[in-house]
Amino acid sequence: MSSLTATAVGAGHTGQPPRRVPPTPSTRRLRADLLGLLPFAAYLLFFLAVPTILAVGSGFFDSAGGLTLDNITALADPLIVATFGNSIGLSLLTAVIGALLGALLCYALLGFRADGAVRATVAALSGVLAQFGGIMLAFAFVATIGLQGLITVWLRDSWGIDIFAEGAWIYGLPGLVLPYIYFQVPLMVITFLPALTALKATWVEATLTLGGTRAAFWRRVALPVLAPSFLASFLLLFANAFSSYATAAALASQGSQIVPLQIRAALTSETVLGRENLAGALALGMIVVMGLVMWAYAVVQGRAARWQK
Amino acid sequence: MSGAVRESAPAFAPGVIGSRAIVGVIGLLFAIPIVSMAEFTLRDSESAGGHSLVHWFALFDPANRASYAPIWVGLGNSMVLCLGVAVIVLFLLVPTMVLIALRFPRLRRPFEFLCLLPISIPAIVLVVGLAPVYLVIGRTIGTGIWPLSLAYGITVLPYAYRAIQANIDAVDISTLAEAARSLGAGWVTVLLKVLAPNLRTGILAALLLSVAVVLGEFTIASLLNRPNLQTALFVVNKQDPYVAVILSLLALGFAFVLLLVIDRGAAIGGRRGIRPSK
Repeated sequence: MSSLTATAVGAGHTGQPPRRVPPTPSTRRLRADLLGLLPFAAYLLFFLAVPTILAVGSGFFDSAGGLTLDNITALADPLIVATFGNSIGLSLLTAVIGALLGALLCYALLGFRADGAVRATVAALSGVLAQFGGIMLAFAFVATIGLQGLITVWLRDSWGIDIFAEGAWIYGLPGLVLPYIYFQVPLMVITFLPALTALKATWVEATLTLGGTRAAFWRRVALPVLAPSFLASFLLLFANAFSSYATAAALASQGSQIVPLQIRAALTSETVLGRENLAGALALGMIVVMGLVMWAYAVVQGRAARWQK
Repeated sequence: MSGAVRESAPAFAPGVIGSRAIVGVIGLLFAIPIVSMAEFTLRDSESAGGHSLVHWFALFDPANRASYAPIWVGLGNSMVLCLGVAVIVLFLLVPTMVLIALRFPRLRRPFEFLCLLPISIPAIVLVVGLAPVYLVIGRTIGTGIWPLSLAYGITVLPYAYRAIQANIDAVDISTLAEAARSLGAGWVTVLLKVLAPNLRTGILAALLLSVAVVLGEFTIASLLNRPNLQTALFVVNKQDPYVAVILSLLALGFAFVLLLVIDRGAAIGGRRGIRPSK
């Protein structure tokens, strides 16, 4: 066995004599191929690695360029802690609702033909609406539940209900919940449907043959198998909401209740000089939260992958 | 046992009535904001509470050309950006992915990790670091719109990667490449005449997804002060909300048709792969 692998490897490069030999055609080609990887590596370096390092690194400098921890300690400011709390709370709430509604929709889709028109339409719509988060989504919700929105006016004129009796909450934090759910549910459909369709019909047959019920199949087989996928999708939804900026930028008019808006305020602030570096510290805070979420995602995804072969 | 009758529905699927009810109710709820947008564009302030197509006609009225100018500039810029991102996907991402699949299979996992990384870096964080990068770019090659596509290439990377990798996994490209090589084809021929046609569904899906992402991007353009479709909609909305909403509806419809085409295209392509008869 060992002699076989030794000759196999020896035919490659490790068995070569130690003295210098002119490069063989295959090593020369390997070098050319490695060169082929360079353009993309350079691209990632300049437009992914450098910006990320600059973003996070700038939090450790003051406006004069000196090293400081002031921006990092500023993260403990009650206002900024509250902003992170708002962002995490909003993301959790919309991820929970989005995941449950989306999973229900996925379950309902199992009742339609896999290659039929309903599933194709829902898939395409989900793709569009998951990307829809942004300016257009803000327009849609202003047209729906804005001060003169279709639903607002209908509730007021037909039912005498004033949904803004407590103030114009649509332009504050609570106003973000419905728009966020609007892009969370489609994202859940995109990410969770493949896991649900991977459930095998033979598993339910096996359960029934062994004397189990459908309820037992769901409780003892399907739910444990789906749990990691569900959790992974949920984490992705959380990350999606946490990093979302455009909808809030277009909708929120008062203050900076969530972290991305706080970053904008720090970046564009002209009144308070030197605040740009606070943006770096806030970016670091976001990266830390996203890092934790993505680490959890990788762990859970590893478990989910076992069933998706 | 309605489930057993239909070939594709497994026994654990909900019944016909149940599934239609759920899809119907959720679909209805999701239609409300779209319908509200459509209703909004039809509002006619002059006929007190009435509706007309006046705002839709106004869009094409030459008299309004000046006030809608930002939209056309933004749309033009977004088209340039789509083109730039397409170039990055076609001439940078695809060749690198093919090279890794053929020559460095061990690099696949680390490469995948790098390509999916932008999902976990929020665009707003990327902007903080891109601002100094674009300051340098602005000084050296100018503040035109096209360099922004380099940043957008990063944001579409996860989507483009997934679409293309799925296709690479589905066709055995190393066998195809070796067969072509042993028949005497050079690498350019292999790439253009053998691999590209086999990867066309994945590449097409990647390009169309990229277009959808670029047309919807706001964060980076807005904070780097480069006008694109979304920032233009944001600006025009302040003076004429009707035209902003009309164009949003059109963009939405366009993206929906685009994705429906990919989905049907992939379904037909997949079926052709299994059963050559249809």
